[in-house]
Amino acid sequence: MSRLSDPREAATRRASARSGDPRRPDDYVDSATPPPSGPDDSITQPRLGPIGWLRWFWRQLTSMRTALFLLLLLAVAAIPGSLVPQRTSDPNGVVQYKVDNPDLFPVLDRLQVFDTYSSIWFSSIYLLLFVSLIGCVLPRTRHHLQALRSAPPRTPARLARMAGFTTRTLDGRPADDATVARAVESARAMLRKGGYRVVTFADSVSAERGYLRETGNLVFHSALVGILVTVGIGGGFGYSGQRVIVEGQSFVNTLSAYDSFNPGRFVDENRLAQYRVKLDELSVTYEEQNQNAIGQPTDYTASVTTDGGAAGAASETAVKVNEPLRIAGTDIYLLGNGYAPTITVRDPAGEVVFTDSVPFLPQDPNLTSLGVIKVPDGLAQQVGMIGFFYPTQETSEHEEGDFSSFPDLRNPVLSLNVYVGDLGLDQGVPRSVYELNTDDLTQLSGRNTDTPGIRLAPGETQELPDGLGTVSLDDVPRFASFDIHHDPTQGWVLFFAVCVLAGLLTSLFIPRRRVWMKAVRDADGGLTLEYAGLARGDDPTLESAVKDFADRHRTALAEAGSASAPISERI
Amino acid sequence: MNTATLDAASLLFLLGATGAYAMSFVSFALDLARRSADATTADASARASRVLASSSAAGATAQRRAGVATLERGGDDGTTGRARSPISLRVGLALAVLGFALHLVATILRGIAAARVPWANMYEFSMTGTLVIMGVFLGVLLVRDLKFLGTFVTGLVIILLGIATVGFRVDVVPLPPALQSYWLVIHVFVAILATAFFALGFALSVVQLLQHRREVAVADGLDPRGGGLSFLRSLPGSEQLENLAYRLNIIGFILWTFTLMAGAIWAERAWGRYWGWDTKEVWTFIIWVIYAGYIHARATRGWRGSRSAWLAIIGFSAVLFNFGVVNVFFKGLHAYSGL
Ligand code: HEM
Repeated sequence: MSRLSDPREAATRRASARSGDPRRPDDYVDSATPPPSGPDDSITQPRLGPIGWLRWFWRQLTSMRTALFLLLLLAVAAIPGSLVPQRTSDPNGVVQYKVDNPDLFPVLDRLQVFDTYSSIWFSSIYLLLFVSLIGCVLPRTRHHLQALRSAPPRTPARLARMAGFTTRTLDGRPADDATVARAVESARAMLRKGGYRVVTFADSVSAERGYLRETGNLVFHSALVGILVTVGIGGGFGYSGQRVIVEGQSFVNTLSAYDSFNPGRFVDENRLAQYRVKLDELSVTYEEQNQNAIGQPTDYTASVTTDGGAAGAASETAVKVNEPLRIAGTDIYLLGNGYAPTITVRDPAGEVVFTDSVPFLPQDPNLTSLGVIKVPDGLAQQVGMIGFFYPTQETSEHEEGDFSSFPDLRNPVLSLNVYVGDLGLDQGVPRSVYELNTDDLTQLSGRNTDTPGIRLAPGETQELPDGLGTVSLDDVPRFASFDIHHDPTQGWVLFFAVCVLAGLLTSLFIPRRRVWMKAVRDADGGLTLEYAGLARGDDPTLESAVKDFADRHRTALAEAGSASAPISERI
Repeated sequence: MNTATLDAASLLFLLGATGAYAMSFVSFALDLARRSADATTADASARASRVLASSSAAGATAQRRAGVATLERGGDDGTTGRARSPISLRVGLALAVLGFALHLVATILRGIAAARVPWANMYEFSMTGTLVIMGVFLGVLLVRDLKFLGTFVTGLVIILLGIATVGFRVDVVPLPPALQSYWLVIHVFVAILATAFFALGFALSVVQLLQHRREVAVADGLDPRGGGLSFLRSLPGSEQLENLAYRLNIIGFILWTFTLMAGAIWAERAWGRYWGWDTKEVWTFIIWVIYAGYIHARATRGWRGSRSAWLAIIGFSAVLFNFGVVNVFFKGLHAYSGL
């Protein structure tokens, strides 16, 4: 029914005009009024004042064409964010992009391309779309509520032009009022049983069903608004943070315990849910059989003891990838792992001046890891060390240096380069624990110096250069990095998402249709029953439904007739 | 049997399936050629039979449960009587079914070899994806006679399988922990299913556009026989094609909506946030919005017909792009192509 000249569509529009349709935008395919093209061509109207213009603008904004345009624009506007790294999901990528494209970067940055999804232009598009959506849905909802309470419209005068028009004759029955009434009554009963809302007239029945279709559509669109609003507001009530925990250590959910923390606008950072999580063990399984995947991790299990939360008492559980720990309204995700060699530094007298498990950051799939040790106090000078840790150390003849050939601890070796000088810790400037700025330091040992670097296996101790003291590798525990999230509105988003899906299913698969039956007396005294339907939206089975109804109605009438009709009629 | 042997067997079956599809493709193509020939030679009689068909439209309605019979063309064996299916069509279909059976075995063997669902990397995803496209096509044939799409469907499947075996093939490796989730089963499979429906919808939209062009040419009296692609004359009219395409596309859209939501739920479990504008998420969203646009276009005056068909075509192109280009070349958390 695509062309306007289609008689069925014309009929649709006539019928709609009479009945008051669900209030669709003017340029909705089946809508009753043709789309007004603009304020200036309405010849009969006086010139538009500001209100008139506003109205015109509002009508444009809430038209189907605008909605369509904004939807397509939204799709296009989402593309740049997939071509260029985003600050939110890939901050390092943005830094790298700046290094790689120094000329292009400032231009793109001005255009907010690195923050596409919070940019002014992207936000404007979806906000306009949602204004349009609300402007479209509100009047329709009001109208639909009325429609739900009103009866189907009168039977059209001529059914012959409607969809699925078909007729049945009742032979040998006088077309008297009683027969007509029986036909009408039986049609009413059958349609009612089929879930139609029915009104009867003297010689016809008008029925409509599928109001749920419009309900579903409205639920769908409203739930989209629900999602947007929940996400928009909900972000302010949640927080997320990261924390690295070494085996044997604990984390207490307070602001200071986080390595990084992103609170929403309305979060009181001093009143986080109280609990403690201790990482007892992080066990990792690596593939050892499959030749194509040697060393690939196949399982991470963090065994933890929790204390606090709803249960109160301490309890042991596990956190795995895909299986976060839900505690006290927060979710704890296992997102990273690595080694944290336990290193002890002693002064020449043997006094311990530093001992800690230092997380080393993995550099490759075999967990060659890089870490930094800073010893500001206790030795003759401030000492900084940059270390490489190899879980399974090997040396290659082709390449220089060491590498790790397997991610598990088969032949662990720690190599350290030692620096002395001002570590810059005293100026109160925050420094990353994973970085050592060597610009102002003097390298004492390791590559590029005369003194070979320090190499340690677990349990070994070596002298620091220049008689500074000793360093030992006591143990190599693992660390796990956890993301801790709190999002109180997540459940609502899920709820609205389910509404979206349910609304979609109802509105796309429940047919909304009208069906009519009309008894027409023929010139020769016989009775013809006319049947027809009207699709309200996509309705592939309308014609067969009308035909089916006609057949069943005819059969029912015939059966009733043969049971009750006096024998004399047959002569 | 060990993993490698099973996988090798799977590959053999897959090659066999591709061979069967190739022959099926040829047969379907011959059928299109036959339609063209029929259409040109039996010109006058076809016109006569169409007149007949439209006058008996009411009768035809009675025979078709779900058909919009008045829109249907009579007089051709491809769209009406199943009994009179010409040999080229029957052979094409039989070979497609044979290919599907081999394909199914190949996919199951791969799944057994890997001891998990066979859609965890791009090779497996292509294998299962094409299987489902074929399966949905054959399934839809039970309801609707869309055999004229055989050339398209087998052609698409052959190309994708070719790319998969040459470009994406990887040996069986264990699942990384991030993929060890029942959401892999649900989310990815529904995505595949949606893709299959979109593929058929896309094909119908393309035919719809061609058909529309021909109809316009005929209506304008430019070409009484309606342009170069004369097999089109034996196919349903553009409006019926559009309705069919719409029906397949909305099924695809609902499945895609579910894919998007299931993906968000999984992302929440695996990465701690349900939505993060990761590249793959972005493209899933873009596709969703394009198809929402398509549905709207069908309900917007002036957009029904050819314009909305173009949106369906763009939508499916985005699906292919999302799979073929975003997976391989874009950086993001969904780094599971296995390449
Ligand atoms: C966030 C933006 C929007 C999205 C994602 C969206 C999506 C959809 C989808 C998927 C459908 C088909 C399912 C159904 O019938 O329930 C639909 C239908 C519809 N939408 Fe929207 N929509 C949006 C905005 C709008 C706006 C702004 C309007 C008003 C101008 C509108 C008016 C309609 C109408 C009238 C239908 C019914 C179409 C029919 O009967 O086939 N939508 N929309």
